[in-house]
Amino acid sequence: MIDLHLVGLSRLQFAVTALYHFLFVPLTIGLSMILVIMEATYVMTGREIWRQMTRYWGVLFGINFAMGVATGLTMEFQFGTNWAYYSHYVGDVFGAPLAIEGLMAFFLESTFVGLFFFGWNRLSRPAHLVVTFLTAIGSNFSALWILVANAWMQNPVGASFHFDTMRMELGSFYEVFFNPVAQSKFVHTVAAGYVVGAVFVLALSAWWLAHGRNREFARRSMAVAASFGLASSLSVVVLGDESGYTATEHQKMKIAAIEAEWETEPAPASFTAFGLPDVEQRTTHAAIKVPWLLGLIATRSISKEVPGIEELTNRARGRIVRGAKAYEALMRLRADPHDSEAREQLGQYQGDLGYGLLLLRQTADPPHATEEQIQRAAESTIPNVPVLFWAFRAMVGVGLLLIALFAVSFYLSARHRFEQHRWYLRAVLWALPLPWIAAELGWVVAEYGRQPWVVEGVLPTFLGVSPQPAGNVIASLTGFVLLYTVLAVFELILMVRIVRHGPDRLGYWPIPASAAHGEARR
Amino acid sequence: MIDYETLRLLWWLLLGVLLIGFAVTDGFDLGVAVIYRFVGRSDEERRILLHTIEPVWDGNQVWLVLAAGAVFAAFPLLYAAAFSTLYFALMLLLFALILRPVGLSFRDKLAQARWRNGWDWALFASGVVPSVLCGLVVGNLFLGLPFGLDDLHRPISSAGFFGLLRPFALVSGVVSLAMLVLHGACYAALKTEEPLADRASLVGVGAAVVLLAAMAACGVWLGSIEGFSVAGAIDHAGPSNPLAKTVQRAAGAWLRNYTAVPALWLLPAAVSVGTAAAGLALALRRAGLAFIASAIVQASVIGTAAAGLFPFLMPSSEAPSASLTIWDASSSRQTLFIMLVAALVFVPIILGYTIWVFRVLRGRISAADVSGVHY
Repeated sequence: MIDLHLVGLSRLQFAVTALYHFLFVPLTIGLSMILVIMEATYVMTGREIWRQMTRYWGVLFGINFAMGVATGLTMEFQFGTNWAYYSHYVGDVFGAPLAIEGLMAFFLESTFVGLFFFGWNRLSRPAHLVVTFLTAIGSNFSALWILVANAWMQNPVGASFHFDTMRMELGSFYEVFFNPVAQSKFVHTVAAGYVVGAVFVLALSAWWLAHGRNREFARRSMAVAASFGLASSLSVVVLGDESGYTATEHQKMKIAAIEAEWETEPAPASFTAFGLPDVEQRTTHAAIKVPWLLGLIATRSISKEVPGIEELTNRARGRIVRGAKAYEALMRLRADPHDSEAREQLGQYQGDLGYGLLLLRQTADPPHATEEQIQRAAESTIPNVPVLFWAFRAMVGVGLLLIALFAVSFYLSARHRFEQHRWYLRAVLWALPLPWIAAELGWVVAEYGRQPWVVEGVLPTFLGVSPQPAGNVIASLTGFVLLYTVLAVFELILMVRIVRHGPDRLGYWPIPASAAHGEARR
Repeated sequence: MIDYETLRLLWWLLLGVLLIGFAVTDGFDLGVAVIYRFVGRSDEERRILLHTIEPVWDGNQVWLVLAAGAVFAAFPLLYAAAFSTLYFALMLLLFALILRPVGLSFRDKLAQARWRNGWDWALFASGVVPSVLCGLVVGNLFLGLPFGLDDLHRPISSAGFFGLLRPFALVSGVVSLAMLVLHGACYAALKTEEPLADRASLVGVGAAVVLLAAMAACGVWLGSIEGFSVAGAIDHAGPSNPLAKTVQRAAGAWLRNYTAVPALWLLPAAVSVGTAAAGLALALRRAGLAFIASAIVQASVIGTAAAGLFPFLMPSSEAPSASLTIWDASSSRQTLFIMLVAALVFVPIILGYTIWVFRVLRGRISAADVSGVHY
């Protein structure tokens, strides 16, 4: 009854479009804040170069912003088109933060971004700064609400299942908003966006300096990026650690998979810095372990255990057996809503209903599942260990590398010595792709690590899809890949051209003749 | 807390407000995108026309994003069933809407004629495809869409894209295209100088004539379509379960609300009068007046369709009793209430700053505004 090709293709399409969208979002978030810093400096000092910086980086921001808006629509539509059952099952809870994002953040950002570009000659300096600020605030708030929604998928608090509507319904909006996962995820993700923005400005400025162009422009840009980037990259790690901590409360399996911790270790658990996870043998070869570290990160104590994959699979097995009972009661209630015995049974096992639904992948009749089917369902709760193990380590490694980069940059910036070190300028340019790699890996750890659940413990991913012919998704996925590839090529062509031109060689820089006309008219 | 029945009704109205917000603001962006390549004969003229929408289209589009978000939050089953049943229509809409921000941002950044001409066609598509699809989908709602719900309330559909191309729906597509072109033409006439404003007015007059004809055709046709109505009572405050009611079909059933409440005829009357007034004002070169009349047309076309469908959101031709109505496809009472509070707080704020932005950007766009490459 479950078409696994359809599930795989729908997931692939979501992953491709989300990862692509997430190439642009962090840069929008980071660059918008950098624009605020630059323009605020302009308004305070009145020095023309800061206005040029705001406008020039604003041009690159605009190209990136357009891509972000365009690809963001895909994300909103896709919940309905490809994840219809998910939308129905959790829309009562998940839809609210998304709609509030539109009301509170996306409207703000989108309305003022137009004035950012076209209001230079129509607004006073402070008024234009306010416009830039509101655009940036809109982007940041956007991330907040999206992550509140996402955090609920990781840790579904404040909601419960209702059999008469066959869905999850909101119990406490307060709990959904103040979901601890949401709080740490928000700061972690937004700070990662700041890092992307900072590296972007740093690397392109370094390129100009290496070519001896736009010295004043580039030095100032680098100074902003170095200090902003250092503060941000430190926050990413601190809040990433906070995410790790909250994950242990709710997503022990994810942590165990990231650590390739097959069996529960005595507390405090050691951290595997390196190793070769072997899924068949359920062991990690050539492991290099740092004593105590995992226990400290994950439990903030030296006495609590971090449960391993084996133990968590066994726990899942128990919940699946209870979930099957919940499913059975639910089916009886669907037939006769007044069956009070079934209602009682559902009430008793309701918390495990999601685990019962996991069985639907093995059998159409969960209450009569065989031992073997139950065992297979239990093992399906283990995410892909090697992928999580490596993605996490690569992300952290890149993060640490970037902290080092910003520390050096900050030091050189303080001593006004960017240009004296050619190796440094070259290294910064090579670092350009790094923050994107870390950001995309962060998505992989968070969302691929959530599998097999679309909503942790509530709804399995395979059940969330829109039931439709797999061919539909092959067609749309092909369309996305083609369109997105063409757009990426055009976007890169434009970015490279504008950077090569640089602020100095743009024929119409700093202000086009028409703009002066506009000022006169005003 | 407000009672469940009222909340559902309010959210149905709010959804209408959001769609009207979309048609009145982003509607002219779509309309301009449809006509600018033809109204503007030189690259400079085309850039003037694009410049009228460039600073505002993004904020305007959020009305659509928000309408979709509101459907998700307030009528999740509608979101699930409509978006998956209309899979290819939605994908087409999406691809068109993806081209728009990119086209507007990229077009002027390079000077080659091929580059600009290519984006002109892409932007034309980004205007014409959504404009037609809106009406096509609404027309299909009146005819019913082929979907049902299984045991777990999973929306199952057998619809393909070509099944949507039914004659009545195609005429509805002409209605939405004509009304958005009319709106875009009014806006262009308002925001540009001669001779562009002149040419835009001419296009607008043509669109007004087409709109009147297509709307009249739809109205007459509607009387003979097998409409939907709920048989017996439906609990307005019960849990959202679309399978708990019975729905019957009969020719002319879509006019039952108009028969029951004759005052509703004011809505289609406003469409006719507004369209005629907009066309006349354009012919007399009173663009401001024409724009206001055209805004009224946008609102009253949406009102006319919604008043006919009420209380249906998405009728099913395959399993009529599984049709979604505002009474059995909504969110829980608490979610509707929280969302209502959020909307009442933020929509006035949004309206406030949107009006301020339009005020800052007021005035006609001339060649001087677009001379030089604006990076």
